Amino acid sequence: MNTNQICRAVMVLALSTSLTAVAEEKAVTDSERIEQYREMISDGNPAEFDEMRGEELWKTPGGPKNASLEKCDLGKGKGVVKGAYAEMPRYFKDTKMVQDLESRLLTCMTILQGIPEEQITAKPFASDKKESDISSLATYVAGQSKGMKMKVSTKHPKVKEAYEIGKRIFNYRAGPYDFACSTCHATSGVRIRMQDLPNMRGSKKDAQTAYTSWPAYRVSQGLTRSFQWRLNDCFRQQRFPEPKFASEATIALTTYLAASANGAKYAGPGLKR
Amino acid sequence: MNTKSMIGFAVSLSLAMVAVPSQAGDASKDLDAKTAMIVKRDFRDKGIAKATRVNQDELQAACSKYVDKLPKKLKAKLEAKEAAAIKWPADGKFMGDWKAGEKLAQSGKGMTWKDKAEDPRGGNCYNCHQLSGTEIAYGTIGPSLLHFGKERGYGEDIQRYAYARIYNAKAGNACANMPRFGHMGILTEDQMKDLVALLLDPESPVNK
Repeated sequence: MNTNQICRAVMVLALSTSLTAVAEEKAVTDSERIEQYREMISDGNPAEFDEMRGEELWKTPGGPKNASLEKCDLGKGKGVVKGAYAEMPRYFKDTKMVQDLESRLLTCMTILQGIPEEQITAKPFASDKKESDISSLATYVAGQSKGMKMKVSTKHPKVKEAYEIGKRIFNYRAGPYDFACSTCHATSGVRIRMQDLPNMRGSKKDAQTAYTSWPAYRVSQGLTRSFQWRLNDCFRQQRFPEPKFASEATIALTTYLAASANGAKYAGPGLKR
Repeated sequence: MNTKSMIGFAVSLSLAMVAVPSQAGDASKDLDAKTAMIVKRDFRDKGIAKATRVNQDELQAACSKYVDKLPKKLKAKLEAKEAAAIKWPADGKFMGDWKAGEKLAQSGKGMTWKDKAEDPRGGNCYNCHQLSGTEIAYGTIGPSLLHFGKERGYGEDIQRYAYARIYNAKAGNACANMPRFGHMGILTEDQMKDLVALLLDPESPVNK
């Protein structure tokens, strides 16, 4: 059993105990229980293991060029990690692209470390069998914005355009079920089965709470998940084909959602059921 | 201000009034086109979920463009088109087995890139609707269907209505959230009949 698995076992045990404890109070909703659980373990989110792993990856030389990522510019200057995530996605002059955190990490890993892009994008998400470097790096960098206000500027025409395209992708209905993001995430106070759904289009508060909680440790999966993963799994449930990792479509959608969360304090890495 | 400059001012004002919205319209059109291009390029085949799934039919495109609030005429036109395409059961019967319907209603499986083509598909009903009173894990995106038959009666008219609604919810409301289970080939005729029975069999837990 590795640390991750032990951690997962403890969490599941703690969750089931806390759920049993409140099971008789029928007025307590599932989301309130999760909230209680979050408070109980707020001093020890297993996502911290992923943050630590990411920090090590950031600082340790690696890849064919045996370079660390400490010269990676996340928008606030080379190597500046503090507060970078709260201002992303943003426009980068060197790539002439609007980039979210994971797309920017991809640029740095390929250019600075010399890792072939396909090697990273083939399996960009962690699984039970294999950890994901780019995902751990994202958890680390995001964690360095904890407590800072989301400040995604849409002043640059390219960012403004990404925001507008992202909004359109949010409302884009397709596939055998006719679903869009908006099918589940544009009404307040609704749920799917027992899962409460944030209204990302119509409620500033919902958009802020939801966006600022990712990346997050998923108790049910025993893994820390990035925002690119969050979008990927939403599209799976929409019965869409797979969005390409760090593609313009995912960056545009992230720009729309991140800018909708402006003004809120970044609260991640979070914890989810 | 003299007459000439007043006329000039009025002309430029009216020009501005004409020009501004049309420019905004063009910009929006450009963004729509760019979005379509990006979506077509940035999604790929995975398992049974082929990249072509992002190609919209007329209804999906219209609901996306108008963010689910269609102009009246277009809404009526699209609803009529969807209604005309409903394929009614060959035997003229709408009622199946409510027990099979309840099982279908419970399942949210099917048609994602993790599913196989031959995997049985669920009705996804409890994801969005309350149905049987004993199932408390129900979603609220759609209206409650508890006591559906008890409140509306059990006649053939309502059976027909329920079948149509499941077959193609868009025939009644063009930009409804609900999938078109028959129209898009998600469920079979027999499965849809089982769901009608879940709603309209007096013995179904929905009506208890």
